[in-house]
Amino acid sequence: MSMTDNRPFAIRTYSPAQLKQALKRMYLIRRFEEGAEQSYMRGLIHGTMHLSIGQEASAVASCIELTDADKITSTHRGHGHCIAKGADVARMFAEFFGKETGYCHGRGGSMHIADVQTGNLGANGIVGGGLPIAVGAALSAKRLGREDVTLCFFGDGANNEGAFHEALNMAAIWKLPVVFICENNRYGMSTSVERSTAVRRISDRAAAYSMPGTTVDGNDFSAVAEAVHHAIARARAGDGPSLVENLTYRWRGHSKSDRNRYRTKEEIEEWMGRDPIVRFQAELVAHGILDEAEASAIADAAVSDVEQGIEFARGSAAPAIGEVTRYVYAEA
Amino acid sequence: MDVTVQEASTRTLSYSEAIREAMVLAMETDPTVILMGEDIGVYGGAFQVTLDLVDRFGPERVMDTPISELGGAGVAVGAALTGLKPIFEFQFSDFATLAMEQIVNQAAKLRYMLGGEASVPVVFRMPAGSGTGAAAQHSQSLEAWFGHVPGLKVIQPSTPEDAKGMLLAALADPDPVLVFEHKLLYKMKGEVPAGHYTTPIGKAAIRRAGSDLTIVAASIMVHRAIEAAEQLVTEGVSAEVIDLRSIRPIDHETILASVRKTGRLLIVYEGVKSYGIGAEISAMVAESDAFDFLDAPILRLGGAEAPIPYNPDLERAAVPQVDSILAAARRLANREV
Ligand SMILES: Cc1ncc(C[n+]2csc(CCOP(=O)(O)OP(=O)(O)O)c2C)c(N)n1
Repeated sequence: MSMTDNRPFAIRTYSPAQLKQALKRMYLIRRFEEGAEQSYMRGLIHGTMHLSIGQEASAVASCIELTDADKITSTHRGHGHCIAKGADVARMFAEFFGKETGYCHGRGGSMHIADVQTGNLGANGIVGGGLPIAVGAALSAKRLGREDVTLCFFGDGANNEGAFHEALNMAAIWKLPVVFICENNRYGMSTSVERSTAVRRISDRAAAYSMPGTTVDGNDFSAVAEAVHHAIARARAGDGPSLVENLTYRWRGHSKSDRNRYRTKEEIEEWMGRDPIVRFQAELVAHGILDEAEASAIADAAVSDVEQGIEFARGSAAPAIGEVTRYVYAEA
Repeated sequence: MDVTVQEASTRTLSYSEAIREAMVLAMETDPTVILMGEDIGVYGGAFQVTLDLVDRFGPERVMDTPISELGGAGVAVGAALTGLKPIFEFQFSDFATLAMEQIVNQAAKLRYMLGGEASVPVVFRMPAGSGTGAAAQHSQSLEAWFGHVPGLKVIQPSTPEDAKGMLLAALADPDPVLVFEHKLLYKMKGEVPAGHYTTPIGKAAIRRAGSDLTIVAASIMVHRAIEAAEQLVTEGVSAEVIDLRSIRPIDHETILASVRKTGRLLIVYEGVKSYGIGAEISAMVAESDAFDFLDAPILRLGGAEAPIPYNPDLERAAVPQVDSILAAARRLANREV
């Protein structure tokens, strides 16, 4: 990196192949979420789901440097993180459809999606549930002498759970290689951060646990990548945890039962105008990483991956009823 | 205490409307009653039970809490200890696990530890149970856990009428009461008396009289048991269905009297079968004189020994359904000692 290189961090730092893959993953997340929503509306899947449309940059930019050895813990809004970490959308759809071919053999569903092979230790139905688990994963890395880091995703709502405070404190006193990533999309269900949280910036809470805290525009791919890059470098160097707050927004309601009475149409539209995918793609084009034709090829590939994923899921077999207690304990 | 219906007129309400009506009545007549919970204000609660109450009573009495179950439940306990009557709503009963400390170590024990000098009139509302596809962390039936704790009262109303009457009884109760509301019951409709009345805590109801076997059930299982009993009639078997309504305290007498009459006992509950309500009731019967009246071993039908799975067919298979109740009842009815 030369002194005169004032291109955005991500463009300076990552290879064109990495950046194109990142764009593809952002498209995959968007199309995946839309596919999940449509499948739900057509009655193909039951239960509920929490869509992360609008938050694609936060997931993908945070994970761009990770290898399969690195771990993440995720939230109830976890589809995007799963894709960002490299999961296969077909097996994810299979999980939604409750099929044996799904990542959790149909036992977990949307809220518990995981992909242990790529280091995704799982979405979580319990707000804040993943925070101490991430600290434990980082403890393993340190004790077992591994290089891997753990990224811990959670929402603004989760930062009021006791688990948040207890986890950050232990990560700090033991200097563990973990990065806490708060996806601040302004609401915990219907309750705004202003109404739920005493500090103005959630990253301010880092000070109480003696770790660096930064707040970035979570819809700016490069800003997220840069903040998380520094936090990962610090973790790998043995200097301990950091807290990164990505300011973003979920376009959809909290879940399928949300009547959206707590936010205005204007607010939603304003945020839709800050589409992280449009922005990242424009940046890549502007810096000559790809041209418009390549960009549409990437977008189209995401569409067909998602279509094929849904087909795979529909065609897969359901778990056998007699196996309802399978996977409760290890098999002999 | 008897069921006192002050106004005779009844209307058809859903289970959740009945609960809301109880809260409105209580809030109108008692200014110390407050509601606390996550998203209970403008969102109306995860199951819309508190819909519009914030418009009516304002945000100081219908308080949205941060996502802080331990803290929120503890604040409710402290408020109850000092003059308010909070109804704290957990979004899902599963999240009471995060507040276990305040419910089990504090709320349940304060009166006792303080030698009867203090009281904790708090009500915890707990949406429970499976059948919504919400999988392992949002579908549990944890009532037996709390039934194990002296100092708590644990109720499971199965009808809109009881939902209202038992919530009003819970509010009048000086001790902590946990109300387990089955999510699949919220939309169920039924006749509900208007005005203020209470349905006593600790008293079971005989929902259907019978002579060949007794089915003891709670919550949504009552409805499945009744359906099974109706089918059994066509097979010449007369089943008595008892709705427990309250699991702590539990109504020993109604159960024992029924067992003495029928000589056969099936216990149906959604919670995991082992160490559950069924074990408690079986042991209670075995320890009593009613044991001598048994013509067959007691049968328990509970949930699978697994977390609730996501796949809808597995989910259904994990808890008792009408057909599995029917099969168990047939086995029991045909069984000789
Ligand atoms: C312990 C616990 N409490 C409450 C809930 C219900 N719930 C699920 S998501 C959610 C809001 C979480 O908000 P936030 O952490 O900001 O994440 P977001 O949904 O905004 O991504 C709530 C209250 C839960 N799943 N777990």
